[in-house]
Amino acid sequence: MSQQKNLKSGSRIREWFKSVKIFKLRRRHINRSLPLNFNLTGRILHWLMATLILSTMFIGLGMMTSLSSRPWLIDLHIPIGVAILFLCILRFVNRIMNPIPALPSDMPKIEKKMAHFMHWVMYAFMFALPITGWGQLSAGGFQAKLSQNIILPSLIDQNPVLYAWLHDIHRGLAWSLFFIVVGHLSIALLHALVMKDGIFSSMTWGKDKIKKETKRPSA
Amino acid sequence: MDKQKIKSKKAIIPLVCIGVLAAGLVLIFAWSAGLLGNRTTTASFLKDIPNSFPAGYRRAHSKGICFEGTFRSTGKLAPFSKATVFSQDSSAVLGRFSIGTVDPFAADNSTRTVSMAMMISSENNQQWRMKLNNHPFFVTHDALGVIRRSDAYKIDSTTGKPNPALVSAFLKDYPEAQNFIDWADKAPWVNSFAVAEYNVINAFYLIDSKGNKHAVRWSMRPHAPFSAWSKEEREHASHDFLFDDLKQRLDKGALYWDLVMTFAEPGDEIENPSKAWPANRRQIVAGVLEIKRVFDQTEGGCRDINFDPTKVPAGIEVSKDPVLTARAGIYAHSYNARVREIGYGKATDAIGKKETSKDK
Repeated sequence: MSQQKNLKSGSRIREWFKSVKIFKLRRRHINRSLPLNFNLTGRILHWLMATLILSTMFIGLGMMTSLSSRPWLIDLHIPIGVAILFLCILRFVNRIMNPIPALPSDMPKIEKKMAHFMHWVMYAFMFALPITGWGQLSAGGFQAKLSQNIILPSLIDQNPVLYAWLHDIHRGLAWSLFFIVVGHLSIALLHALVMKDGIFSSMTWGKDKIKKETKRPSA
Repeated sequence: MDKQKIKSKKAIIPLVCIGVLAAGLVLIFAWSAGLLGNRTTTASFLKDIPNSFPAGYRRAHSKGICFEGTFRSTGKLAPFSKATVFSQDSSAVLGRFSIGTVDPFAADNSTRTVSMAMMISSENNQQWRMKLNNHPFFVTHDALGVIRRSDAYKIDSTTGKPNPALVSAFLKDYPEAQNFIDWADKAPWVNSFAVAEYNVINAFYLIDSKGNKHAVRWSMRPHAPFSAWSKEEREHASHDFLFDDLKQRLDKGALYWDLVMTFAEPGDEIENPSKAWPANRRQIVAGVLEIKRVFDQTEGGCRDINFDPTKVPAGIEVSKDPVLTARAGIYAHSYNARVREIGYGKATDAIGKKETSKDK
């Protein structure tokens, strides 16, 4: 549901950007040829967020189990979550404003569809996890503290019903995202080590050739 | 073409590596979540709470009442901590009195433990949460001792008593528990919430404006004179004696406690809550708590607050006291469990809803 919504709003925003004059120059460049790599901003954001997301998932588990470390773990979990939210928005804007490498032309259509679908599902998770985390803090009467003195405003009023839902959704999303990340990593390594088709290097600094498609990917 | 690459012999080693990596990540994740191995986690502390626990109630100190109050600072602590609560004149307080039992319907004479919890809200959006008990020190030096103790004192179904071998094994590993047993035997019970002194037990640091740290513990010292609750009086006491007494006292006027900050000296054990610091340590009255009104916890208020003692304002820091850090996680699990029950509409009595049908 949410990813569909994202897809729609993604393309709508892209259309809007295309209609704005100052982006026209850039658009001509986009249409000329597709790059081999994601743009530098996109690659930096990808690897930075990968590190943050994986660490904050383990920090989350640690703070729900550790006898000794919860106070400092939660003090890390919240600012990292807020950073992910901020970076996710930045990344989304960067993603829709810039061309991305094409998938190999001999890749089955269904796989391409899957790849694009999961791509947007992960965006939805990266956005929903910090929002539900922040929301559950507010609904539970807790503060979203970036530091002892920097306290974010409450997203919603204290409310046990919303706390129950948001807490469970946050946990469910986090567990799902972990397995998605493991799958994502495994498939990425499969492309890097076995297929060697340029998909992995499109997110790194390598210049492996991707078999060019004639058309731009839809998503 | 892709498929052939995966099936080729050259692909075996990379495929195995990827499989091992993925499986490894999943295993580390499961271990971190406490699902693998017999790691003691903060969730382990709630393992003995029965499934039939009345929905929506706290998992410990379930029977309680909310209060509203005001904390008025004396200003004397401002040189030791930059917390706004010590410099501003008055701060709003929402709190809770409770008795030390898991049963929300327990009689007030069923436990000698009485508690005060509160959240003081001060300028700059600062919150200070705490949960204090009338015992002067903790049973064991660490949190694992709590599980060891409850396992050791479990009633043996054949004898109807705790297994003496388990009890002595526990006391051998946690000899300090004897101090608590002696205190519980000898110290007089209090006959009112109003006359009890409530102790934070764990250690914290005050941070002054220069960044210096001062190790402290604090207590709420009542203005009302101490009065004991004799064995005979307890036996004849009504079911809600302590809660009724509190309401009656507040009908006549406000109740007051001094917040007394005690400073550790070099050599005092900061991280051992089972050991009280010597009585001659420096003490400063940080302020006075005034309580004018109590109200039923079914109305919300204190019911939906987690009085996690590690939620301290800027100017106070938590110490590494292992019981303090464990409380943070244990309180979170208790909070999540009961708020989920309220949120999903399972709670009845806890939110003041009368049960329409007895399901048995």
